[in-house]
Amino acid sequence: MPGATQDRRPASAQAFVRQGPAPAQPPPASESFAGGLRGNLFGDWRTSLATLAVLTLVGLALPSLLRFLIFDAVWSAPDGELCRAPGAGACWAFIAQKLPYFIYGSYPESQRWRVDVTMFVGAVLIVWLLWLDAPARRLAAFLFFVAYPLQGFILLHGAPALGLPRVETHLWGGVFVSLLVASVGMVFSLPLGILLALGRRSRLPALKLACTGFIEFVRGVPMITVLFMANTMLPLFVPEDLAPDRLARPLIGVALFASAYMAEVVRGGLQAIPRGQFEGAAALGLRPWPTLRLVVLPQALRHVIPGVVNSFISLFKDTTLVAIVGIFDFLKTIEAARQDPAWAGPTISATGYIFAALFYFAFCFGMSLYARFVERRLGSAAA
Amino acid sequence: MAPAAASSPPPAVGLAFWRDPQALRIAVLQAVFLLGLGWLAVEAFIHVRANMQARGIPTGFGFLNDTAGFDINQSLISYSATSTYGRAFLVGLLNTCLVSAISLALATIVGFTVGIARLSKNWAAAQLATVYVEILRNVPLLLQLLFWYNAVLKALPGPRQSYALPFGVFLNNRGLFAPELALGPGAPWLGAALVASAAAAIAAWWLSRRRRPAMNASLRIGAAALILGPPVAAFLIAGAPLSLVPPELKGFNFIGGVRLLPEFVALVLGLSLYTAAFIAEVVRAGMQAVPRGQSEAAAALGLSRLAAIRHVVAPQAMRVIIPLLTSQYLNLIKNSSLAVFVGYPDLVQVFAGTVLNQTGAAVQVIFITMAVYLTVSLLASLAMNLFNRRFASIER
Repeated sequence: MPGATQDRRPASAQAFVRQGPAPAQPPPASESFAGGLRGNLFGDWRTSLATLAVLTLVGLALPSLLRFLIFDAVWSAPDGELCRAPGAGACWAFIAQKLPYFIYGSYPESQRWRVDVTMFVGAVLIVWLLWLDAPARRLAAFLFFVAYPLQGFILLHGAPALGLPRVETHLWGGVFVSLLVASVGMVFSLPLGILLALGRRSRLPALKLACTGFIEFVRGVPMITVLFMANTMLPLFVPEDLAPDRLARPLIGVALFASAYMAEVVRGGLQAIPRGQFEGAAALGLRPWPTLRLVVLPQALRHVIPGVVNSFISLFKDTTLVAIVGIFDFLKTIEAARQDPAWAGPTISATGYIFAALFYFAFCFGMSLYARFVERRLGSAAA
Repeated sequence: MAPAAASSPPPAVGLAFWRDPQALRIAVLQAVFLLGLGWLAVEAFIHVRANMQARGIPTGFGFLNDTAGFDINQSLISYSATSTYGRAFLVGLLNTCLVSAISLALATIVGFTVGIARLSKNWAAAQLATVYVEILRNVPLLLQLLFWYNAVLKALPGPRQSYALPFGVFLNNRGLFAPELALGPGAPWLGAALVASAAAAIAAWWLSRRRRPAMNASLRIGAAALILGPPVAAFLIAGAPLSLVPPELKGFNFIGGVRLLPEFVALVLGLSLYTAAFIAEVVRAGMQAVPRGQSEAAAALGLSRLAAIRHVVAPQAMRVIIPLLTSQYLNLIKNSSLAVFVGYPDLVQVFAGTVLNQTGAAVQVIFITMAVYLTVSLLASLAMNLFNRRFASIER
């Protein structure tokens, strides 16, 4: 330090003031790709140390992970005998044998085509909705939010008048129920959330207070307590003969829970609409509702697509919690299958959980990639 | 609301509201809304009372004084099967606080580390951090909890083949056994010394705030001596009154030391690693919100990279980070209710689970449980509002 020896001034004057120009630094080395990477990884001793630590970690973990997942794994076996052998890896045979149970739960085998049809229609509608340049997206929205729930209910639950035997909800389970809970949450939380967000910005103080209170209340409590409430308190709130079905109760709970979070996402979009849009609509003589429907909501909803997809991701992850009220969602079927004595073994739990993790990861990561894509596109459209 | 006012005629001044059509409309709409809400509430109340009486469910809060009659396997306060339901509620509440506090601390440390690693120039570290965040964020927390509990902790060997970790810590399928802090005869002196050093630390912090130009080296050494001196001196003079008692293997289990239940360990691991992924994203967002010109200007002034982060980037990033961090902390506290899935006796498992099932007092129990979480959330948002009012206005 050049100033260290001559510092006899009061403490307040010890600020550093540069007297001459700083010595020029050498020009940066020419940046080839390999050279840049080498600088990144082994630039100075601190970076090199970090790189070595990372490489050691990966080098220790990756081989044993690969051995467990692929090389030592048991790919086909009639029962758990082979998987119990010492040194055996993941027991994929277990997954293969239980796969129908993981997908359909205890839904009667002869009726499973109904689940397949419903899931296929849902997939087509969702792709139609998510594809931003698809034709007639309004029709898709109508079908998804109005027609599809009706079709799904009739097909899955059954209608003896149409020749479809009734399948009671306690037989429903597996991936199909997870997707059902998630799509019911999506279908109901978006419109409800929009209504709540509008209510929160309303000029009626009573409405505003009620909506704000609901949103803050739901966001302030854990989802499990909402599910408990839906499961044990909902039947108390209505006359005894109107008590909702045991699968319907958590569905109501999930939809209400998700709508409060959706409302906050939508509110963010509403707040981003510049005031000039309202004023312009008013200057054109539009009344408040047409202003909302024709000017504000189309812009606001377009802007919140990434946020909406992100709350769908949390909703999808949260569907696992319905197991607490006795619903056999995908994770719960894994829990049940891993206790099957025919397959009991040291690797069964890990295999089941890794399989479930792959499933959830594929869905959630896919959705988040989509959200990022939309965000980029909206960003470039605005610029 | 400004936009709404722009579309409506200006309010007539001095007119009673029933003569102003706009105000009259609002009043009527609100009355209709309130009447509808009130009708729903009355209807629900009537049914709740009728249903509860029909099923013989207690309608008051008197059940809290009844004997619980069940055991809880971890309790910070004295509790037995003869204690009341009210006591069981307290045990659950304290267990929730314990698991949340420890997970919060761990999640913060891991989250900041991963978040900074993601921004690091080191390609390998950044990639590893990205993989961590993407995997942990996109797999449900419940699945992670079950994985840690059933596939990792329950699959550990028994006490006789425990893994011996550093510092006398043992890990087996009965939990984590750690040495216990034992107090000797001179312990009160050490306590007094700790209080004195805390006072010195506060005084030093206050002084350093008042003397704006940074403290110089000799002052710093003096302050450090004042803060660290008393406890060290007391420790030596009182004859080392603190000692660590390691757990010992006796028969089929460990005796002595602190035992952490496998449920507790699984919950802490799951909660903190999951939340850390979100905190890492918060940290990254906060650091990236600081304009690049700030760190470039710091570099132009000759500050090292570390000094630039410490004095220029971090203080500005914190303004973005703290509100987002608070909401992640709240999420962690709410997520601690997943304890019920691994059987850790937290508020939800003990109170909304066992107590609810035994008494059937669903309405009261769920009301109390929700009120606890709601209070925490509302207090946190109050604190955040105060924070924003204080710090957001410092901008130019």
